[in-house]
Amino acid sequence: MKLMNDRTLLIIFAAFVLAAPLIFAPTGAAYPDLLQRFAIYGIFAIGFNILFGLTGYLSFGHAAFLGVGSYASVWMFKLLTMNIIPALILAVVMAGLFSLIIGYVSLRRSGIYFSILTLAFAQMSYNLAYSVLTPLTNGETGLQLRLDDPRYLDGASVEGTLPSTNLFGLEMKEVFWNPNILGYDLQFNYGYYVCAVLLIASFYIAMRIFRSPFGLMLRAVKTNQNRLRYTGINTRPYTLTAFVISGMFAGLAGGLLATMDPLAGAERMQWTVGGEVVLMVVLGGMGTLIGPILGAVFIKYFENIFSKINEGVLHSWFAIMPEWLDNTLVAIVSPFVGKGWHLTLGALFMIVVIFLPGGLVDGAKRIGGWITGANRRKAKAEAE
Amino acid sequence: MSKLIMNRRGLLKSGAAVGAGVALPTIFTASSAAAYTNEPTGGAVTLGFNVPQTGPYADEGADELRAYMLAVKHLNGEGDGGMMNTFSSKALQGNGILGKKVEYVTGDTQTKSDAARASAQSMIQKDGAVMITGGSSSGVAIAVQGLCQEAGIIFMAGLTHSNDTTGKDKKANGFRHFFNGYMSGAALAPVLADMYGTDRAAYHLTADYTWGWTQQESIQAATEAKGWSTVANVLTPLTATDFSSYVAPVLNSGADVLVLNHYGGNMVNSLTSAVQFGLRDKMVNGKNFEIVVPLYSRLMARGAGENVKGIFGSTNWHWSLQDEGSKAFVKSFGEEYGFPPSQAAHTTYCQTLLYADACERAGTFNPCGVGEALEGFDFDGLGNGPTHYRAEDHQCFKDVLVVRGKENPTSEFDLLEVVQVTPRAQVEYAVDHPMFAGGALGACNPGS
Repeated sequence: MKLMNDRTLLIIFAAFVLAAPLIFAPTGAAYPDLLQRFAIYGIFAIGFNILFGLTGYLSFGHAAFLGVGSYASVWMFKLLTMNIIPALILAVVMAGLFSLIIGYVSLRRSGIYFSILTLAFAQMSYNLAYSVLTPLTNGETGLQLRLDDPRYLDGASVEGTLPSTNLFGLEMKEVFWNPNILGYDLQFNYGYYVCAVLLIASFYIAMRIFRSPFGLMLRAVKTNQNRLRYTGINTRPYTLTAFVISGMFAGLAGGLLATMDPLAGAERMQWTVGGEVVLMVVLGGMGTLIGPILGAVFIKYFENIFSKINEGVLHSWFAIMPEWLDNTLVAIVSPFVGKGWHLTLGALFMIVVIFLPGGLVDGAKRIGGWITGANRRKAKAEAE
Repeated sequence: MSKLIMNRRGLLKSGAAVGAGVALPTIFTASSAAAYTNEPTGGAVTLGFNVPQTGPYADEGADELRAYMLAVKHLNGEGDGGMMNTFSSKALQGNGILGKKVEYVTGDTQTKSDAARASAQSMIQKDGAVMITGGSSSGVAIAVQGLCQEAGIIFMAGLTHSNDTTGKDKKANGFRHFFNGYMSGAALAPVLADMYGTDRAAYHLTADYTWGWTQQESIQAATEAKGWSTVANVLTPLTATDFSSYVAPVLNSGADVLVLNHYGGNMVNSLTSAVQFGLRDKMVNGKNFEIVVPLYSRLMARGAGENVKGIFGSTNWHWSLQDEGSKAFVKSFGEEYGFPPSQAAHTTYCQTLLYADACERAGTFNPCGVGEALEGFDFDGLGNGPTHYRAEDHQCFKDVLVVRGKENPTSEFDLLEVVQVTPRAQVEYAVDHPMFAGGALGACNPGS
């Protein structure tokens, strides 16, 4: 019965993800780059949730694995081939190795000390990428593809143009279907569907981990690690495995970022990125399956759509109103959009944390309960 | 417990999925085959203004945005026309570009390559921008330039002073009006040699990224050619705010000049720190200790206050210039916003006009056509005297201003005085100059 439900959930989730270019059209977010970001940061948040949601270990260092994944991918594009498969594999492997080392050291402590250790490692990686390892990372400018890169496995490209990242010839940036549905100009793009398939796969893996005995053990770590130790269980291998798995998810996300847009910059490793994924998970609902993805979509939507609303756009919204009202409304609203998007996001985050401690999923649950409860009462009234 | 979650979620999701399923088979039209990315088809053309609105360069970004909005006004025939009246090319009519009304979208780069590229991508994919311009950091400019090259969009660089933007990272779809580190060195070194002598020992503090490195390299080469020696070059993190530990060792190093390859908030802090240490009152090697800031801006000078008095640097443009173009620009910017424009505002305004003019002359928005119109273009009347857009690396060549912090400023805007207008010939260099070598423009990319 339970498996059935999981399967239904997965199918519905897959359908939702695959139809995203259509579903997001009315929100203005249905362009390939943002949809890709939704999916990629969804993967990042899913992985982070395996560590944070299940074991309760709060890591601020996952940005480092995201960055490692990106650098690994771009180097694969530079040296081997523009096919994305080797790039993604190396991204996951490198991030896995890094997380093994960092996790091995950091997991000797728990709680706040663990968080600080991971933060320190992330900051260290950032500084390494930013200046010390400049030959490898190209410092602040970021690692980019160049015309004279060797790309040993690829044939010669067209003179003077950079080849695109591709999956056996399907170019990631290509829009393969560009229909006009219900007045919306939709863009179905190969890159997004690569991300989408990987997101669904990640979701499936996360679901299996949540339901497995291993997942149960991780929850036990969160609930009471001391009691586990007293019963003679060594928790370290479990937490380390969770750490490495979430690191590999982050590496995959980083690799995908570089795959969709072949550039790796040091700021991808900055602690703010590591903090952002914490926000995504908490906002969406930590420890739930779907929550982190919702959180990722929410934050990326704000970052990319709200920050674009300038006064001109506001004036066009309120154009039907009399001019004095138009100007007043614009004056009231404009501090909260455009460059003020951080402000709105912060306020919303506070509201969510105060009133919906379980995140957006908690909110959906409450609304759902309210609807079903209301329905039940209605049915009862009709029966009488 | 978990069963309940599934059901509710299922309900929400299946609702959405059903909606999607119903909408899917409805009418759809085949996409028209466009000749190039975001070919404008309606009565309007969209430009993308991608500037830092938050972060360390937010001041510059805000001023750039003001200039962009002013340029759009002038292109659409509103306002007094500004530098369109003094521009040597008369292709612009004040009726938009190629008869299409100019509209714009704005974005926040956050002074981060990633955010800048995401913002530019959304302008290209969502808003249909046919040209992207902006950037107040060389790292960001280079990253966005790379993106525009791949997407088939013209990139008109804003405030970016690194040699790499039109050097090893140059791109066929990218164009820069602003000057660069090499030009600063070439303009500044002779003035410094005149003022401070030819036997100076310089100590460099350098922002640790592409702009800092290339500017430091340029200044070192130019000053050493005049007989100076370089004692040390210390790299400082861009995020540093306290420079006292970097300034303290300078006095005992034997150097008698401190060169601050810093910009924005970095420069304000490091200069303040150096002045507080009393460096400028010291005598070293029998000479008065001096400080030099190779890249100056009025916004920075205002931040550093009293400390900039008498300090030399170079700048792309200054509002006190008395040519017709500058006067027209300062007048219309001042009437619009109530204060004079910065060099960042000037270069972005020029870039917008130059792009629009190139479209008019090419008769198309196609990046390849526009690129051809810009390459090798000679123009005048935009505040820098006769200017040349070099075809080989898409760098503008024009006079460079050497400025000095004013001893007796008459207003809060009157902080710099122009010491010398260095003629263009003195700051020109060969395309294959070692500081710019290693990159290739590649072919212009019109996209799909």
